[in-house]
Amino acid sequence: MGRNRRLIEIWVGVFVALGFAALFGLAMQVSNVQFFDAREGYEVELRFENIGGLRARAPVTVGGVRVGRVAEVGLDANTYEAVVRVRIDDTYQLPEDTSASIYTSGLLGEQYIALDPGGLDFYLQDGDEITLTQSALVLERLIGQFLYQMGDSDD
Amino acid sequence: MTDLLQRIGARTLGIAERLGRAFLFLLRALAAVPSLVLRPGLVVQQIYSVGVLSLVIIVVSGVFVGLVLGLQGHTTLVNFGAEQSLGVLVALSIVRELGPVVTALLFAGRAGSALAAEIGLMKSTEQLSGMEMMAVDPMRRIIAPRLLAGFIAMPLLAAIFSFLAIFGSYVIGVGLLAVDAGAFWGQMQDAVDFREDILNGVIKSLAFGFVASWIAVFEGYDAEPTSAGVSRATTRAVVHTSLAVLGLDFVLTALMFA
Repeated sequence: MGRNRRLIEIWVGVFVALGFAALFGLAMQVSNVQFFDAREGYEVELRFENIGGLRARAPVTVGGVRVGRVAEVGLDANTYEAVVRVRIDDTYQLPEDTSASIYTSGLLGEQYIALDPGGLDFYLQDGDEITLTQSALVLERLIGQFLYQMGDSDD
Repeated sequence: MTDLLQRIGARTLGIAERLGRAFLFLLRALAAVPSLVLRPGLVVQQIYSVGVLSLVIIVVSGVFVGLVLGLQGHTTLVNFGAEQSLGVLVALSIVRELGPVVTALLFAGRAGSALAAEIGLMKSTEQLSGMEMMAVDPMRRIIAPRLLAGFIAMPLLAAIFSFLAIFGSYVIGVGLLAVDAGAFWGQMQDAVDFREDILNGVIKSLAFGFVASWIAVFEGYDAEPTSAGVSRATTRAVVHTSLAVLGLDFVLTALMFA
């Protein structure tokens, strides 16, 4: 009985540990919980006229390769510009005259920021600002302009 | 005509009476739960028979549900060129719904039926009355440990199920159908919220575990003490648990995600 009981208790222990491990795995791998975001990086501010549907945690890419993520999206209360703070991995040094644009992956996919590195020898530091930006294309606005031009050319 | 009405009335009264008995039974069982602090071994024993012995079916069905969901989701999503979102589709449907619900249904079939049959047989062979004769409270010795064990085992089983199902869809999606692994996990992590989705799923499985073990234990305890009665109790435990889980799931979903 003693041995049997020990075996049962070990199995229950394994079962409970497995259950909690699965829950932990779900939390870490499947959801967006970040208890310890170990990845080091520096933050850069981008100012856009219009960011479309860009959200926090959207990817930031250079040449299609992800180099960071959007940390926060806010609005400058004075200039009414959208201020996007992005966190870029330490491994990537970007020139100061880097420009940024917001694109959509696929026709209906999520929006991301594409950075175009410039040619300067000075590199972006933590807290710097990128001012060479191109706003997101808002589909309704585009269609509106297109229809407007169609109307014009009819005359 | 009056015969029909009488039958309907008798049926209704019978249901109400059973519900009342079930509630009183639950109160007595819950009152016996604190005494388990003195004898945790009883609960461990039950977690073994309810949880550990259910692991095989949970693991196998979890992996296969994930595989199938990955295949089916991909065939639909690829029409919209959105196969990158396979991870989101699979993770949300599993963590929110399929994990807790399918686990509860399997639990009812694997563990609930066994609980009802065991207790029903104890009753029909008068082991329960024998215990009472020896001044051993069957509520403390038999019922409460099983109730608590189901409540503890269920969320753990559901977590294992969900984890393996997502892993299964990863194997199919990324391994076989060449969805980009980065997009699979990345979009999933963007869309799945820990509190909104995963914790609500855990709450669901807690509720299902409670209801499933309550119904199973009650059906066994309330069984007619004959072999036909035990067989009926076992069937009822599975059927009633499944219905209760599905109904409760709708209510909980409406409260949590609506």
